[in-house]
Amino acid sequence: MAERSTPTLAVWKFTSCDGCQLTLLDCEEDLLALTGQVEIRHFLEASSRADPGPYDVSLVEGSITTAEQERLIRQVREWSRVLVTIGACATAGGVQALRNFADVEEFRSVVYATPSYVDTLATSTPIAAHVRVDYELRGCPIDRRQLVAVLSAFLAGREPDLPDDSVCTECKRRGNTCVMVADGTPCLGPVTHAGCGALCPTYRRGCYGCFGPVRAPNTRSLIRQLRVCGMGDAELDRVFHTFNAAAPGFASARGETDEPSQ
Amino acid sequence: MTDRVAVIDHSALVELVGLLHAEGYVVVGPTLRENAIVLAELDDGDDLVSGWGVDTEAGRYRVVRRADDAVFAHSAGPQSWKSFLHPARRRLLSTDTSDGDLTVEPEPEPSRRMAFLGVRPCDLVAIGVLDRVLAGGRYPDPGYTARRDGVLVIVANCTEPGATCFCVSMGGGPRAPAGFDLALTERVDDAGHRFLVEVGSAAGEELLAALPHRAATDADLRVADDDLADAAEHMGRAMPEVDLRALLVDSRESPHWAEVASRCLACGNCTMVCPTCFCTTTEEVTDLTGEHGERWQRWSSCFDLDFSYLHGGEVRTSRQSRYRQWMTHKLSTWYDQFGSSGCVGCGRCIVWCPVGIDITEEAASLTALASREVGT
Ligand code: SF4
Ligand code: SF4
Ligand code: SF4
Repeated sequence: MAERSTPTLAVWKFTSCDGCQLTLLDCEEDLLALTGQVEIRHFLEASSRADPGPYDVSLVEGSITTAEQERLIRQVREWSRVLVTIGACATAGGVQALRNFADVEEFRSVVYATPSYVDTLATSTPIAAHVRVDYELRGCPIDRRQLVAVLSAFLAGREPDLPDDSVCTECKRRGNTCVMVADGTPCLGPVTHAGCGALCPTYRRGCYGCFGPVRAPNTRSLIRQLRVCGMGDAELDRVFHTFNAAAPGFASARGETDEPSQ
Repeated sequence: MTDRVAVIDHSALVELVGLLHAEGYVVVGPTLRENAIVLAELDDGDDLVSGWGVDTEAGRYRVVRRADDAVFAHSAGPQSWKSFLHPARRRLLSTDTSDGDLTVEPEPEPSRRMAFLGVRPCDLVAIGVLDRVLAGGRYPDPGYTARRDGVLVIVANCTEPGATCFCVSMGGGPRAPAGFDLALTERVDDAGHRFLVEVGSAAGEELLAALPHRAATDADLRVADDDLADAAEHMGRAMPEVDLRALLVDSRESPHWAEVASRCLACGNCTMVCPTCFCTTTEEVTDLTGEHGERWQRWSSCFDLDFSYLHGGEVRTSRQSRYRQWMTHKLSTWYDQFGSSGCVGCGRCIVWCPVGIDITEEAASLTALASREVGT
């Protein structure tokens, strides 16, 4: 193959738990192969090396919750040819976006011993609310296979395969028996974006939606069935309002959970 | 020369699995796994389900313990034979550039011969539909034909149709008239647990000859005839008795599609479980070095947004357009394309729809709306 200059990679963290970056570190053999193919110029979770851009690819973890982050993400966008958001925080605002539905001042005064030390915006917003995003990797945390697949696609110069199908399509392709139909276990698979390989239903648990909503999910209809499967108001509220609480497709489920059961 | 119709007992059925293995077949049949009776490779005859039935309704499936040891007293489970003839994921080819040149290796097709044990009459019709779609026409799919050729088919006629079955409406019935190597009709009563065996081919005849059996009496034949005639009278569901093909064409603008869309999740489960839905997409896989590549085929669904992606965007963005496409293809445009209905009345889409959308009910609603229109 003709010599080409080694592509450069940067990994960024905004407001998040670091779990998605750990998924990258967890790639073990693939990570070794990756370091042979790209020059990792900025990845503070793994090394203190922080070389300046521009970068060919930036992986961005976390949501935007401070004014400083608002500035930094614009910088990152300018420095990066391709920007990939990784995980529910970066793609939907994460669990910390629950603040969007509450009074941050109250949290600040109740939770922290010295509230004045806390520098925060009133909202937690996804990266795409601030800059253009090229690809999104969903999940809390992201799926390792998908991460490697996206980086491999980038290196090969082709589009990554990130279908906007439901988790059900992956579940059926795996040959699983549907937990909702056969066990009566509530499952968010029908309205949840594919990518995890139907991990939870494969272990006979209902999907809890950590990959966030598919485009235009019919949460109203699913909620009716989740109630038939025994979910009550509190559970419904929690299941739609945890990792992807602020994702529009799930946030709107808020007003639908109070529908009477059929 | 054996009899064309004979009777075997339960232990001979168990023995049949071993016999098929000895002849080199991979035997696929119904077995209990987790909370469902699934189709899977059987390690031996004892893997065959026995003493379990199912309780099905729209969006609901429960296995239930039976008072007897019946093997085939259950209706369509979560998969169909499609999973074995047209797998959910299949590698098409591999590429390699590690020594500088590009080499392309097509995936070798499997050479194992399969025996399908317990094929329902509706599913036999469905296999015929897949044959026309994937093996007929000018460009047969070699992956399909490699799996399909030489499949030994042992039918299990239906004596206990489920609450969601409607094969009779679709022109079939609980008894397979032809197209099998052997066909079994199960009976459990005071006289014991036995299977009437009809021979449909020379291979079937040889198998029967190798099993302990007795000649069928007139009484055996009459009992099976009665049981199957009775089953035909007890379909849990029925399609409206109208020209479905015309109904769907005439219902293009029906207000009913919006109503279905308020319930439909566009999750794609109905297409995945349907024994005749055949659509696929391809995915390219490369490793991080870029030296190894693979092309895979996987099941796709007309309910996926990406499915109708053309230059510039998707064509069927609304749920109602996607549900309409699916149902219209199954019951109407399939005739234009492949000369038959795409629905065989197995009821799987009704059972495995998480919100219990029922193709027979939707057809009835469309019929009611259409006749109202004619009336006004
Ligand atoms: S178990 Fe959940 S993800 Fe799987 S098919 Fe059923 S509803 Fe869909
Ligand atoms: S009809 Fe049922 S199974 Fe099919 S896409 Fe709609 S909700 Fe899913
Ligand atoms: S459309 Fe439904 S009932 Fe008809 S063959 Fe497909 S899964 Fe069976």
